[in-house]
Amino acid sequence: MPKVKIPTPLRQYAGGNNEVEVGGATAGEALGNLASEHPDLKQHLYTGDGQLRSFVNVYKGDEDIRYLDGQDTEVSEGDELSIIPSIAGGSVVRRCR
Amino acid sequence: MQTRQPLVESPNGSVELSNEEIARYSRHLIMPEVALDGQKKLKAAKVLTVGTGGLGSPLALYLAAAGVGTVGIVDFDVVDESNLQRQIIHGTSDVGRPKVDSAYDKLKDINPNVDVRVHEEALTSENALEIFEDYDVIVDGTDNFPTRYLVNDACVLLNKPNVYGSIFRFEGQASVFYAGEGPCYRCLYPEPPPPGLVPSCAEGGVLGILPGAIGTIQATETVKLLLGIGEPLIGRLLLYDALGMSFREMKLRKDPNCPVCGENPTVTELIDYQEFCGIPQANAAEQVNGVPEITVEELKQKLDNSEGINVLDVREPHEYEVANIGVRLIPLGELPQRLAELEQDDILAIHCKTGARSARAVKLLQDAGFQNVYNVKGGITAWSEEIDPSIPKY
Repeated sequence: MPKVKIPTPLRQYAGGNNEVEVGGATAGEALGNLASEHPDLKQHLYTGDGQLRSFVNVYKGDEDIRYLDGQDTEVSEGDELSIIPSIAGGSVVRRCR
Repeated sequence: MQTRQPLVESPNGSVELSNEEIARYSRHLIMPEVALDGQKKLKAAKVLTVGTGGLGSPLALYLAAAGVGTVGIVDFDVVDESNLQRQIIHGTSDVGRPKVDSAYDKLKDINPNVDVRVHEEALTSENALEIFEDYDVIVDGTDNFPTRYLVNDACVLLNKPNVYGSIFRFEGQASVFYAGEGPCYRCLYPEPPPPGLVPSCAEGGVLGILPGAIGTIQATETVKLLLGIGEPLIGRLLLYDALGMSFREMKLRKDPNCPVCGENPTVTELIDYQEFCGIPQANAAEQVNGVPEITVEELKQKLDNSEGINVLDVREPHEYEVANIGVRLIPLGELPQRLAELEQDDILAIHCKTGARSARAVKLLQDAGFQNVYNVKGGITAWSEEIDPSIPKY
């Protein structure tokens, strides 16, 4: 089964796990299974109409699945999927227009 | 050694080092990769650090120490006690001072040869291009999405490298976005998350040392770009996990459809980044539209008059341990499963640390049919500031 690496901001929605093994033959299936196992994750990964959110990037190994076959990217035993969300932390420059 | 076109041309006769500078930069001068020519390049270079907080602190300190001739700092914030755990450019005696003043003093003390240029203002679509124009490299150490997209777009429009770093809790990211040679931030993340979905450091916390690791990576990348040595992080996203103590690297690609650096850009000037990030007004990330609010004064009055108002705290137990006002605790994440513990007809005032999580809790309770739920404006922080200073502020 492929492994999915969960980044810190999303761990609280995945039972505190930093890595989860899920079934699925494609990246889309694996993520779908992950979201069914951890329903709280769903709204963070998908939009209301089931599209992967644009600020959530998914990598197979070190390649962005957008540049492979997207959600149809094949995954197999031992493959590692990483969810890389955008984070903004740093210094406080609060206002901007 | 990999070499590439340095961002700063060899200054030849126009920049000289004094004997004091030669002694100061000795450890650079004896390395062939830097040497006298490289040190002169650094002296001729101008670097802007956006923000003098967690990332900006180590970054600006090291750039000044390394001999970057001009270091610009943009910030309009004031040093607060809660900054000192990680913002090492500021000291305890600086609390209450403008961050740019405190940073200026520290940088000048480390290296008086550096021309420290202070921009004590918020970075906006109106001033960003003008401020950036004078600098060779822009280093992004901001903490919010609107400013990150603003910095990115301004760098793309001016074709300047944007040395990126970002941190959250125990994890950091770093890259160099340089549209002239590779992808930009929008190629990686075309759109920001909606406000409230991704917690900020103020909400989620950050290991004090983490910005030290990421900020020094940004400083390293900056110096490499200026000197034209090594392999920059262009087209690579470096991920650092302090808990696992591991570094990983992801490939980044230039998106031909990128709205700002793609083949047919639709963003050709700076836009309204608050609006782009879905924030109708400054600081509105903290608010959920249309949620009824109660101020801490009003709450105090109602409690004193025994007006039958119940207060609920939706923070985490470890936060409750730091400071609480003796009310019931149901963490926001557990609230959906624990609705049965609350009476639908009760008048409820919900608080968290500053009001963001409690606003989501109010919305959640309203959706579940609760009629009389109010968000405590400013949370326990406001309670500590305005009602009971014996409650510690964290």
